Formats: sequence, C-alpha cells, structure tokens
Amino acid sequence: MDKGIGIHIEGLSKRYGAGDTAVDALKEVNMSVAPGEVVGLIGPSGSGKTTLLKCLGAVIEPTKGRMTLGGEVIYDNAWKISDLRVLRRDRIGFIFQAPYLIPFLDVTDNVALLPMLAGRPNGEARARALELLQALDVAHRAKAETSELSGGEQQRVSIARALANRPPVILADEPTAPLDSERALAVMRILNQMATQYQTAIIVVTHDEKIIPTFRRIYNIRDGRTFEEAGEGRALE
Amino acid sequence: MISLAGRDILHSWGKFVLTGLGLGLLIGVTFTMAGVYRGMVDDAKVLLNNSGADLWVVQKDTLGPYAESSSIHDDVYRGILGMPGVAQAANVTYLTMQVRKGSTDVRAMVVGFEPAQPGEPGYLVAGRRVTRGHYEAIADVMSRFHVGDRIRIRRHDYTVVGLTRRMVSSGGDPMVFIPLKDAQEAQFLKDNDAIVNERARTAANPALNRPGVPGLLDAINASQTSNHNVNAVLVRVAEGRSPEAVAQDIRRWKHLQAYTRAQMEDILIAKLIATAAKQIGMFLVILMIVSAAIVAFIIYTMTLGKIREIAVLKLIGTHNRTIAGMILQQALGLGVIGFIVGKIAATLWGPLFPKYVLLLPEDAARGFVVVMVVCTLASTLAIRAALKVDPATAIGG
Repeated sequence: MDKGIGIHIEGLSKRYGAGDTAVDALKEVNMSVAPGEVVGLIGPSGSGKTTLLKCLGAVIEPTKGRMTLGGEVIYDNAWKISDLRVLRRDRIGFIFQAPYLIPFLDVTDNVALLPMLAGRPNGEARARALELLQALDVAHRAKAETSELSGGEQQRVSIARALANRPPVILADEPTAPLDSERALAVMRILNQMATQYQTAIIVVTHDEKIIPTFRRIYNIRDGRTFEEAGEGRALE
Repeated sequence: MISLAGRDILHSWGKFVLTGLGLGLLIGVTFTMAGVYRGMVDDAKVLLNNSGADLWVVQKDTLGPYAESSSIHDDVYRGILGMPGVAQAANVTYLTMQVRKGSTDVRAMVVGFEPAQPGEPGYLVAGRRVTRGHYEAIADVMSRFHVGDRIRIRRHDYTVVGLTRRMVSSGGDPMVFIPLKDAQEAQFLKDNDAIVNERARTAANPALNRPGVPGLLDAINASQTSNHNVNAVLVRVAEGRSPEAVAQDIRRWKHLQAYTRAQMEDILIAKLIATAAKQIGMFLVILMIVSAAIVAFIIYTMTLGKIREIAVLKLIGTHNRTIAGMILQQALGLGVIGFIVGKIAATLWGPLFPKYVLLLPEDAARGFVVVMVVCTLASTLAIRAALKVDPATAIGG
C-alpha cells in the first residue's frame, strides 16, 4: 500500500473492438497524482482523454494495466473491487463540463445526496453539505432550486457534490468549458483550495487555454500515450 | 435517504397533477362503465323485488315475461289461486312503448296491474294510488312525469296520480303503471279503422258468416275486439311453503312455466343483460389497456427527459433499485392521483346518466388494485430504459 499516492496508474491500456477493427485508445499509460495536487490532462480531440477518464472513473474496464487509489490496488489486469458502484460513490468525485445537478433537489440535497447514498443519516449528510457549501461560498443559496443559480454557482455546487464523500480523487471533465476567463480561473482557484484543504488528488481534463497555465504538472495525451510535462503553475491569487 | 420520486413530483407538480387529472378522467370513465353494469344488475334485482312475487307464471317454453314475450289467458290465475301453497296470484302485463306527453314522448315500460295484488308499485314518493278502474297512472320519477300530467298511451289519455321511484325495466326504462284492463287493451286492441276492416273481412268469409248459424259472426267479431290475455301471473306463496315445490305443481298441473325468484334472477342477469355485460366488459378491457398505454407513455417520456440526470445518479453511485424505485413510485403516484380524480369524477357525473349508475365501494377497491397493477406494469418500460442508461454517458460529449 503506497499511502503517499492519491491515484497511480501503470501501463494502462484500453482496446476497443477486436481483430482488424480494433482501436487502441490507450497505450501503456502511466500517471501519478498525489493527494492535494491538481494536474491537467490535455490533448487534442480523439487522443484518449475521455477514455482515460472513464477508466479512472471505473465506468469502463481497461484492457490491461494496474491502477491504485489511495494506495489500494483497484485494478490489476482485472478489477480488484467487486462493487464498482460503491467505489465510484465513496472514493471518486466527478465534476462535469455542465454541472448536471439534479433539478428536483435543492442545492443542499444535491450535495447531501452522496453521503445519504453512502448510508449517512440525513442530518449528518446535510451538515456536511452545508460545510462544503460554506467553503465554496454558496451557503447563502443552500435552499435554492438549482435552476435559480448562476452558472458559476452551479459549478461550485457540483464541486461541493464531488467532495461530499471526501474522495481521495476527483475527476473533472472540462469543468471550465462554459465559463468566461474570470469564472474559469475562479473555479481553478477553488479546485486548488479544495485539493489542499481536503487532500484530494484532482485530475482536470481540459482544452481550455485560459486555465492550462495554472497547472504545475500536465499530462499531455497524444494517440493514446501520455507525456508528462511541467506546467507554468501560474498563481491564481 | 430522501425520496427522489417525491422530490421530483413536488418539483414538477403542475405537470404531474395535470397528467393525473387526464388519467383520472379516463379512470372515471372506466368506473362509470363498471357502474353502468352494476346499475343494470341492480335494475334487474329491483324489478324482481318490486313485483312482490315469489313465482312468475308464464307461457310454457318461454322465458317470459321480461326476456321473451309470453301470453296466457287472464283466467288462468283463478286455477293457480286454488292450488295448495298459493297465497296470492295476480295478472300482469308488460309492454315497452313510447308514452306521449304533449308533443314529447318517453320510452317506458307500461305495466298493467291489479290494485293490492303482486305487481302493484310498492311505495309512492308523491300523489296517491290508483283508485279508479280506468285512465289513471302511476309513473316512475325517471319518466320526468309529474302528478297531474296527462299522458297518452295508445288511444287513451291517462292522468298521472302518483309517482314511484326505482321502478324500471331491466333495460332501465321507467315504468308506468295503469289498470290491468286498460293495459290489456293498450297491448292488444287495434284502432277503429283496423277493427272495421277486420269485421268486413270476417263478414266476407263464408266459413265464418254462415246464413244458417245466427249469432256466429257477432260472436267472432266480439272475440276479435276484446282481449283476455295477460303476459304473466305473479304468485305469492303461503307462509312456510317452498316456492320451488309450488312452481313444480304449477308446471305439472297447469302446463305453464313457473319460475322462482332465483331462476328469474338468472334469466334477467345471465341471459337478458349478458350481451350488454360482455359489451361493457370489452369496454373495460380496452379502457384498461388505453390507461396502461397512457401511463407507460407518460412515465417513459418523463424518464427519457431525465436520462442525463439518471446517468449522473448512476455514475455517483446510486443503486439501480433506487432509480427503479423512483420511477415506480412516480407511476404509482400518478395512479393514486388518477384514482382519486376518477372516483370523484364518476361520483359527480354518475347521477347525470339517464340509466342508473351504481358505484360500489368494493368496485372502487378492486379498481384501485387494478390501477396500481397497471401502473406498475406500465412503469416497467421506463425502468428498463433507465437501467440501460450507461453511467459513462455522463462523462465526455
């Protein structure tokens, strides 16, 4: 068990199809993200970013390789966890391009839903949700309908939701795509704060030129292979 | 854990209530159809109850007097009265016809009865009983006649002297009671022109107008213009006697058909309204299928509108059974709203129907179970669609 590593993958490959029509979407991918670190995953369309995110999110099965989460091996040429649903619920946070909040739940319950699904009592789940909403500066909208929030507020609520079960890793799929520069940088600032505060490893898939300079470390994916690069690490203050 | 279905219903309650209202009106129609059938059965039972008879004596080999025509002589009742076990026997006639009032007419069953005998209306809600031998009538309130109205039956005018209630034929037509002699005349007597023509034809027939037989032609003419037939004899058996035993004696010794109450009920319900019952049964089945299709379509459409949310829910670890439960609860919620609206609607519009609509609490209970089962089945399509949603669709374009 390697406790110092948030998420670590080695030689991860994913092949779609078989025979002549087989496509190798990921080829021996390696990646490590430490707790509290925010790394960028960039690359052109069709390079394999989404496939890698789906493998990391345990929604599709890699073809081979090894993956550890919080030091525990979760994949070693086969899933080592019997219930991937519980793995996703308790140990992986997701932030999407659009917030995809549940429209029939208010802001608090959108965040509290995850702890509730994990079996926490409603009161405790809501208290945790409020704590996160406060940290993300949207507690004043706690009882609001999601449709009443601005785009930036919705994205902050979706970040709170991703953090609700205190997962060791958060996967963010183009979280700043619909936002202007100022709001995109604000989201990155929040992600960095949350990564530090909750010691979460965050992988941000992005095309967004506005935020790429903010990463200290970047994985560039091309033709299914990752190339680690040093980022500018521009200050977000 | 919060109720996702409840929250979704509260979030879009307007759409939900309007959909439930539409479904409820359909369920209301279904309840009403069932009520129409129950009303027909009840009408048949009331018809038998109100006649006050234990036995119906009719023409041999017929299912008279309600299901088939029956004609027997009006003096037969005397012989029946003399039989052991018979307490009362009375002639009755039944004729369904248009009864005119002014320029309008009402379809009614005209009943010829003898006062204070079986066949007389049991109670009045207005006016008095028939006290004269001719041209007075008692009408069921459903005929919309009033005390004092003048109504026309065949060639004669009658005064409505009393009103009764729930006295209808098995077809739901209101009954109009008139004295037996008038009813016999109304049923069998021809108009004046037809009588004159008939007399001329008889006089021209050498077999019936023999010069050597004086009085023959007059006797034949008299027999043609008078009528001594009735449709049935209603019998009340003496205290402590078995109606079946008395009926057997009548069948054996009088060469007539005698039906007990149970047999008459069987004729009216199992035979007379059987086709109508099947018709209504078909309607009920079709309405149930249409309701199921509507619920399935609505729930399926609502689910398709939430595919992205369902993908997100699955991705963040929501159990399939939680998602299936959410859809099922919504379908059942829709069913509950539909049931309540349907029950209220049927109760409100039932009395406006021209025929009696009987809404039984046990039918409502059965209907509730059927609605819940139909909604459960209808939700399976949407649940299947939701369970097929790949959580991976929440990630990426």
